[in-house]
Amino acid sequence: MAKKRAIGGIAGIFLEEDTVVNAARKVREAGFTKFDAISPYPIHAMEEACGIKRSPIPYVTFIAGCVGLLAALALTYYTSVIDWPINIGGKPLFSLPAFIPIMFELTILFAALSSVGAFFYLCGMPKVDPPTIDKDLTCHKFAIFIPENDMGYNADRVEKMLKELGAVEIKKMADY
Amino acid sequence: MLKRNQLVLGNKSLKDVTDDICAPIERVPSKEWMGLFLTAKGLFLFYILTIAMVVSTGMGLLGVNHPVAWGTMIITFVFWVGIGHAGTLISAILFLFRQKWRTSVARSAEAMTVFAVATAGIFPLIHTGRPWLDFWLFPYPNQRGPLWVNFRSPLLWDVFAISTYATVSTVFWFVGLIPDLATVKDRAKNVIRYKIYGALSLGWRGTAKNWSHFEMIYLVLAGLSTPLVLSVHTIVSFDFAVSGLPGWHTTIFPPYFVAGAIFSGFAMVITLMSLVRIGFPQFKDYITIDHMEVMNKIIMMTGLMVGYAYGMEFLVAWYSGNDYERYVFMNRAMGPYAWSYWIMIFCNVVAPQVFWFKKVRRSIPAMFVVSIFVNIGMWFERFVITVTSLHRDFLPSNWGQYAWSYYDTAILVGSFGMFFTIFLLYLRVLPAVSIAEVKPVLGVGRDDEHSKKGAH
Repeated sequence: MAKKRAIGGIAGIFLEEDTVVNAARKVREAGFTKFDAISPYPIHAMEEACGIKRSPIPYVTFIAGCVGLLAALALTYYTSVIDWPINIGGKPLFSLPAFIPIMFELTILFAALSSVGAFFYLCGMPKVDPPTIDKDLTCHKFAIFIPENDMGYNADRVEKMLKELGAVEIKKMADY
Repeated sequence: MLKRNQLVLGNKSLKDVTDDICAPIERVPSKEWMGLFLTAKGLFLFYILTIAMVVSTGMGLLGVNHPVAWGTMIITFVFWVGIGHAGTLISAILFLFRQKWRTSVARSAEAMTVFAVATAGIFPLIHTGRPWLDFWLFPYPNQRGPLWVNFRSPLLWDVFAISTYATVSTVFWFVGLIPDLATVKDRAKNVIRYKIYGALSLGWRGTAKNWSHFEMIYLVLAGLSTPLVLSVHTIVSFDFAVSGLPGWHTTIFPPYFVAGAIFSGFAMVITLMSLVRIGFPQFKDYITIDHMEVMNKIIMMTGLMVGYAYGMEFLVAWYSGNDYERYVFMNRAMGPYAWSYWIMIFCNVVAPQVFWFKKVRRSIPAMFVVSIFVNIGMWFERFVITVTSLHRDFLPSNWGQYAWSYYDTAILVGSFGMFFTIFLLYLRVLPAVSIAEVKPVLGVGRDDEHSKKGAH
């Protein structure tokens, strides 16, 4: 992904899963759209609380799988029928059943690798040394980060709101 | 209502989970680990030497000859590929079935898959006899015609199946590791460690959007791995079943091979997990006796399935009315290789029956012994299939024995050195239990207020 201008903001650190999910819902209801909730493990209620849409990865999987299937068909057809046809006892050159294992494997291979590529792209990975709000966010703490370019951002208001929602600590980030 | 047993014992907090799982990779290795590692490493070096001798001298060092042209290399290849299947079953199929107990064993089982497939992959490459020309196995435009590979050959299907399986399992395993690598990075006390794990975690931050994509990619990869793992051993069985040889040419082979693969793989998971529980006692809270019991049940079930297949092969041979087919099976059970057949029957069909008793299913020493039996039995199953079918076919003038040599033994034993070296290293450098996957199931079976955590 292209290098973006540094965007700062305010992060609130939470200690309980329920509190952070509730806080995320409230932050969203307050009109913020670009905020992010950070947790050490996937929280299913969080997607709904943050209003995150279903990931588009499966579309990539489907298209890449179709491409893989057709690529395998093209490869086997071109090599066995056009480029190097070998007549074995008058059997058909285009022996589709024998090509099915290859087509199946390449479907899976293309679909899997493209999906992982899409995953990396969507998550903005790989990223060299991303700024860390708190080292415990991958262990036992949760956070909500509101960037300064979000609608209706006001440092004092945001800080107050996060505290009211149960944040035990407020961190000002120069870059995230 | 039936109460669920706790998936994680000891009322752990989120921080405890991270501390427990990261501990083995953040301290100086224990003496036991060093001892095991040096033994495995020694065996691995011995293996490399053996392979060097076999490659430089030729396949003649092994027992393969006319009429038994497939030997240790193919047997052990099928054995190790089979081992890998349980890992994918745990990480992908049980994930699709929403089996929460899989979370704490999935990481190590998936690692076992990757390492077992790596160990397996070497065998067919050497078996070609001229491994430096192995790139000929892949279709690429060349100056020999271009001469293409034969897409109608099961052996080529195998090249595609195994290489796809190795690639997809590795990617699946690595994607699952990313959040945990970020955890290890954030705990790092020194710069080198921070940089290495930071690079490996690819800048993972754990935002809600990232987790949403992460869960989706995990689901997609699980969905893709499930048919893939079934296809891999099916295609391995085609190596045998598509030929016209009595004893190989049967339609039961694909399901029979897949069941056998899962059977042997779970036995290897039990072997490894028993050792991990001894070596890293804090993992006993994550890989509990309940986990082991569930896996023992799967071993017993798949053991019955392979037992059924052994019986069915005999029935079909008799029912076919084909003299050669009948002879091959009588010869298996009563011919010169009867000992291997009965070792197989004892280890795979008789030994796992002790798991009908709950006491045995929940006893670590007992299950360890049974798992070793199953490992041995499943190696002999492939020996029986490969060697006994080849050594006596249609013409008695064409009969012979497999000339087992010291090099066969060295290759077989050495491959365990390779596998265990990699696995022991893995236990020291990567979190052996999935941290991010265990945390959401902490509440399962708990009574206190955390129990709602397990609800979603």
